[in-house]
Amino acid sequence: MSTASVPLPAWINYGLIPVLNLILAFFFSGLVVWAIGESPFEALQLLLIGALGRGEGIGFTLFYTTSFIFTGLSVAVAIHAGLFNIGSEGQAYLGGLGAALVALAMDRYVPWYVTMPFAVIGAALFGAACAAIPAWLQAKRGSHIVITTIMFNFIVSSLMNYMLVRLLIVPGKMAPETRTFLPGGQLPKLDWLIAAFGGKIGAAPLNFSFLIALIMCFLVWVLIWRTKLGYEMRTLGISPTAASYAGIRYSKIVMITMLISGGLAGMMALNPVMGASARLQIEFVGGAGFVGIAVSLMGRNHPAGIILAALLFGILYQGGAELSFDMPGITRDMIVVIQGMVILFAGALEYMLRPSIVRLYQQLTGK
Amino acid sequence: MDYFDIFISILGSAVRLSIPLLFTALAGLFSERAGIFDIGLEGKMLASAFAAACVAYWTGNAWFGLLGGIGVSIAFSFVHGFASITNRGNQIVSGVALNFVAAGLTIVLGQAWFRQGGRTGQVPPEGRFSSIVLPGADMMRDVPIIGPLYANVISGNNILTYIAFLMVPISWWVLYRTRFGLRLRAVGENPGAVDTAGISVAWLRYRSLIVAGFLCGFAGTYLSIAQSAAFINNMSAGKGYIALAALIFAKWKPVPVMLACLLFGFLDAFANFMQGKSMPLIGEVPVQIFQALPYILTCVLLAGFIGTARPPKAGGVPYTKER
Repeated sequence: MSTASVPLPAWINYGLIPVLNLILAFFFSGLVVWAIGESPFEALQLLLIGALGRGEGIGFTLFYTTSFIFTGLSVAVAIHAGLFNIGSEGQAYLGGLGAALVALAMDRYVPWYVTMPFAVIGAALFGAACAAIPAWLQAKRGSHIVITTIMFNFIVSSLMNYMLVRLLIVPGKMAPETRTFLPGGQLPKLDWLIAAFGGKIGAAPLNFSFLIALIMCFLVWVLIWRTKLGYEMRTLGISPTAASYAGIRYSKIVMITMLISGGLAGMMALNPVMGASARLQIEFVGGAGFVGIAVSLMGRNHPAGIILAALLFGILYQGGAELSFDMPGITRDMIVVIQGMVILFAGALEYMLRPSIVRLYQQLTGK
Repeated sequence: MDYFDIFISILGSAVRLSIPLLFTALAGLFSERAGIFDIGLEGKMLASAFAAACVAYWTGNAWFGLLGGIGVSIAFSFVHGFASITNRGNQIVSGVALNFVAAGLTIVLGQAWFRQGGRTGQVPPEGRFSSIVLPGADMMRDVPIIGPLYANVISGNNILTYIAFLMVPISWWVLYRTRFGLRLRAVGENPGAVDTAGISVAWLRYRSLIVAGFLCGFAGTYLSIAQSAAFINNMSAGKGYIALAALIFAKWKPVPVMLACLLFGFLDAFANFMQGKSMPLIGEVPVQIFQALPYILTCVLLAGFIGTARPPKAGGVPYTKER
């Protein structure tokens, strides 16, 4: 009998196997660190201290975590309907335009809590708009969503380049970015959250969008597991033929799912654009959309898992940045290597260990 | 300069810009026709560019550089194969992972070895592929129309350019006229049938990935030691994805792949030329339109408005032998 169909208890499937994959990823990343002549253990220690040692470090870690929760949710929602959205990067980028336009229009008239709901809607709408064409192409014309969303990452990149360099740039300035938003267009920092644990937030840009991200996690959980729409999405994801037999309309579900997915990706822009830099900058997404794929995979497409996985990548991002200060031999790009290893082992090679674990489990339980 | 000279110079740069696309798209052709999606083309190209620059820098020999590039590219192919063939993992995820690893590793290792912020050292002239002047190019230069075309577009390229165009008929011949090619195409359409015929699906797919790695190694080498003289941070800059778009635009066929790459290379060259210039009637055209055009065209094609693009049927699906 093939080991693939042997059921394993949940703690092995959702606990042991991901942790072992993670250890493998860190082992190979450690090999790279060792190969360039630095100590992997010292590097790991510096990374953890940098990410979690002080209030400011934690603030930065949670700031990165916020972005990854949004993109992770975006990928996860699509995966539940059997769609692989690797366009979160572009959707988040266009979402930034939505958030920035709202902030630019409203910041001088109203306080931030009036701007915020409109900015959330603006970011989500623009993100969803970016997902709409690939969704329509998949639903009506049968074009592969993976390919069209990749194409849209680049189309959006060119579009945003044009918008920032030609239209939104401050006249007379060289940097392709919008003007700085007034406080009415900024999200407040969560200094009280860090202070509640006795730390100081310092320069860390942790902001209100972290709470929006947590609310979205809850809403996604409700959507996927507690609504009729979520049930239809999961049915479509598991078996398109069963879904069609049950009267679930394929094109409708694909469209709605991708719009939600794009909207979630778009909201990611709130964090860097309105929370951290208070302006729209070129290439501000910086790969967070692709990290969302890893976050969703590691989190087993469940909001609770996504929070944990996003936290892990937040630690990597912040710790990696600190690491490059402390160890001049290691550049900041080491975190890109670690990310790649994590995606490889926890994502693409997630079944590698399963057969041996199944055999071990069968021996130990005597079945 | 009259219009014809401008046209010739754009055409020459279009050819040069399309070469990395052509190698990479042919690489993608082999892996996708065998049913393995390869998003990792970008990473393979980047990694092989880095390896080629390193080896050429250390040995001062361009051919060793090429071997280094090919070697690393094939190694990446093996990881992709191990994940997506042996372990039946998700091919897209594996490709994304390899892109990350390549992007990070080239900078980390480059910084550790050369300390120039992600650049490798300047490769000496004998470690590079320099341009070859074909016989009679100078003599022909004064002949109207054909002369400049021969002297500036056909002659004056490096050896890898000619190899790239040679690879097109060779790829066609391998795919359509050999037993290996027939089986490779079959395994991309219906791996079950190939398995029933007693041929190993896994080994066939591994071989197609090795061919893909081999071709992608040329693309990276071209970037770092033929087009320029060192490896620069993230020098593939999305070319792997444009090549993927070209492959789809060409409907997964070798000769159209060449034409699509030339078209996308031409758009790139034209965009460079048009930077800051204005066109008659429409005024200045934003350069970003030309940058986005390959992707837009591919989406329009995928939507079925220019004929139909039918991908290999078993593409992206891991093959499970027993149930």
